[in-house]
Amino acid sequence: MPAAKQKDAGSRIRGSMRELREMDTLADGTSPVHARHPLAKLAVTITYVLTVVSFQKYDLTRLFVMVLYPAVLFSVTGLRLRTCLWKLRVVLPLVMAVGVFNPFFDRETLFTVGGAAVSGGVVSMLTLMLKGALCLMASYLLVATTRIEAICAALRAIHVPSVMVTMLLLTFRYVTLIGEEAAVMSDAYSLRAPGQRGIHYKAWGSFLGQLLLRSSDRAGELYASMQLRGFSGQFPYAKTARGTARDVIYAAAWIALFVLARRFDVTALIGGLMM
Amino acid sequence: MHMADALLSPAVAGTMFAASGIAAGISVYKLKKEDDPAKIPTMAVTAALVFAGQMINYTIPGTGSSGHLCGGMLLSALLGPYAGFLSMITVLVIQCLFFADGGLLALGANIWNMAFYGCFVGYFLLWRPIVTSRLFGGGEGNKGLKGRIALASVLGCVLTLQMGAFSVVLETTLSGITELPFAAFAGLMQPIHLAIGLIEGLITAAVLIFISEARPELLRDVQAAEAKKSAKLSLSATVFILALMAAVVGGGLSHLASAYPDGLEWALFGNAEEGYHANMGLDEESFGTRSEAAERAEKIQETTAFLPDYAFADSDSPAGTTVSGLVGSAMVAAAAFLICVLGRFFRRKEKTA
Repeated sequence: MPAAKQKDAGSRIRGSMRELREMDTLADGTSPVHARHPLAKLAVTITYVLTVVSFQKYDLTRLFVMVLYPAVLFSVTGLRLRTCLWKLRVVLPLVMAVGVFNPFFDRETLFTVGGAAVSGGVVSMLTLMLKGALCLMASYLLVATTRIEAICAALRAIHVPSVMVTMLLLTFRYVTLIGEEAAVMSDAYSLRAPGQRGIHYKAWGSFLGQLLLRSSDRAGELYASMQLRGFSGQFPYAKTARGTARDVIYAAAWIALFVLARRFDVTALIGGLMM
Repeated sequence: MHMADALLSPAVAGTMFAASGIAAGISVYKLKKEDDPAKIPTMAVTAALVFAGQMINYTIPGTGSSGHLCGGMLLSALLGPYAGFLSMITVLVIQCLFFADGGLLALGANIWNMAFYGCFVGYFLLWRPIVTSRLFGGGEGNKGLKGRIALASVLGCVLTLQMGAFSVVLETTLSGITELPFAAFAGLMQPIHLAIGLIEGLITAAVLIFISEARPELLRDVQAAEAKKSAKLSLSATVFILALMAAVVGGGLSHLASAYPDGLEWALFGNAEEGYHANMGLDEESFGTRSEAAERAEKIQETTAFLPDYAFADSDSPAGTTVSGLVGSAMVAAAAFLICVLGRFFRRKEKTA
C-alpha cells in the first residue's frame, strides 16, 4: 500500500484535535438554544436519552416520533447534520455487532409489507440502530450548543465534586496541547521510519515514555504558574446567569413532550388521523 | 469496548451509574484527604497523555495489525488508584462528549468496565503486590524490577480487560438488547479481549519499564518499596499470593460464570412450562420454548468455546466447572510465563545487537 495514502498517527491525532476545537467553536453560536441555561439543556438531554432507551425492542414506529427533537434543534441552531452523522462511525460498530445477530435468532414474522415478511429480529435491529443514532444526536446537540465551561458550571450546580469538574476542564484544555506534542513526535518518527506502520516494538516504551516525561515536566511548570495566579485547588467559575422563566419553560416543555411520546403511540395516532 | 446508549436499558444504566458514582465518591474523598493541590494538574496532564497515547498505533511484530495503550493500569501505576480512577473518568467523559465514543447514559457502565477494573482491581490485586515483591531477584537495588513491572502490567491488563469484556456481555444481556445468547456472546467477547489484553499489557509494560529507568520517582510504588525494604514481601509470599489469586480468579469466577448463565439460561429457555411471564419477560417470542434458535446458539457456543460451557461434557457438578477454571488459570499462567521469556529474549537480543 502506498505510504502516502495511509493516515499516520500524526495526522490522526491532529484530526481529533481539530474535531475538538470545532466543537468548541460551534458552542460559541448565538441561536436561541445556545442561549438556554446549561442546566436546562443538560436536563432535557438526559431525559431524552432515557426516554429513547426505554422504548421496547419492537417499538420501531413508536420510537420514530423521537426524531422530532433533534430535527427541531438542528433546524433552530443551524448546525450541520452531516458533521454529527459522521460521528456515527464510532458508535455504530459495537451497536451493529450486537444487533446484527437479531435477524438470525429472532425470525418470527412480526408483520408483512406488501407480501414480504418482516421478522422480529429485523425490527429489533433497526430499533437498536435508531436508538444509537438518536442518543448520539442528543449528546452532540448538547455539546455543540454549550461551552465546556458552562457544562462544568452546570455540573457544579448539581454538586458534582469540584475536583472532578476542575479535572475535566483542565484535561480538556491540555488534550490539545499534549495531542499536538504527540502529533509532532509521530511525524518525526514516521519521517525517520518511512513505510513503517505504527511504532516498532523496540520503541514502544521510549516513544510514549518520552511523551510522558515531557508531559510531567509540563505539569510541574503548569502548577507553578497556576500557583502564581492564586490557584487553590479549584477554579473560581464564572458565575453563570441565573435561569430565567424561558429556561424553565424550555426544559419543562420538552420533558412533557418526551413523556407524552413515551406514554402514547404518537406515530400511530398521526397515522390514524391521516387515514 | 465503549458501549453506546442504545445497548443499555435505563435500569442497568442507572445501576452502573450508581456503582461508578460510589467508587468516584470514595476516590474524591481519598484525594481530598491527601490534600495535595499539585496533584490535580498532574492528573489532568496524565489524563490528556493517555487520551493522546491511545491514538498512537503500535506495530505488533509478526502481524500486520497494531495495538493500543491500556489507560487504567498506566494511570494507577503513575498516580495511584484513586487519582488514576478520576483521571480515567475524565478521559472517558471527554471521549463521550466530544468524540461520541460511548454514550452519555452509558457513561456509568463504561467507567465501571474500563476504569474501575483497571484502576482498583488491577492495582490492588496485581500491580502493588507484584511490584513491591521480591520476585525476579529483588533485594539489591532494583534487581528484577523490569520483570516485576512486565508481569504486573501484562497480568493486570489481561485480567482487567477480561472483567471489562465480561461486564459488557452481562450488561447488554441484562438489558435485553441482544438476541445473542449469553454464552455465545461471552464466547465471542472473551477470546478477542484476551488477545487485546496481552498486547495492551506489553505496550503498557514497555512504557512503565522506560519510566522506571528514566525517572523512577514517578512510579510511586517502586519508591515506596525502596523506602521500606523491610515491608517487602518475600518471594515465597508473593508466589503464594499469585497462586492463590489465580485459583480464586479462575475457580471463583468460573463459579460465577456458571452461575449467571445458568440463571439466565433458565430464565430464557428452561422455564417454559410456567409460561412466558415467569421468564423475566425477555425474548418471549423466540425463547419461551426450546426453540430452533436456542439449538443453533448452542452449536455456535460449542464451536467457539474451548471447554464447552466452562465444564466437562456430561457434567453438571460444580467440580467440573472449577476444573475448567483451574485449567484456564494454568493456561493464563503459562501465557504470562511465555511473555516473560519472550520479554527477556527480546531484551537480550537488543543488548547483543
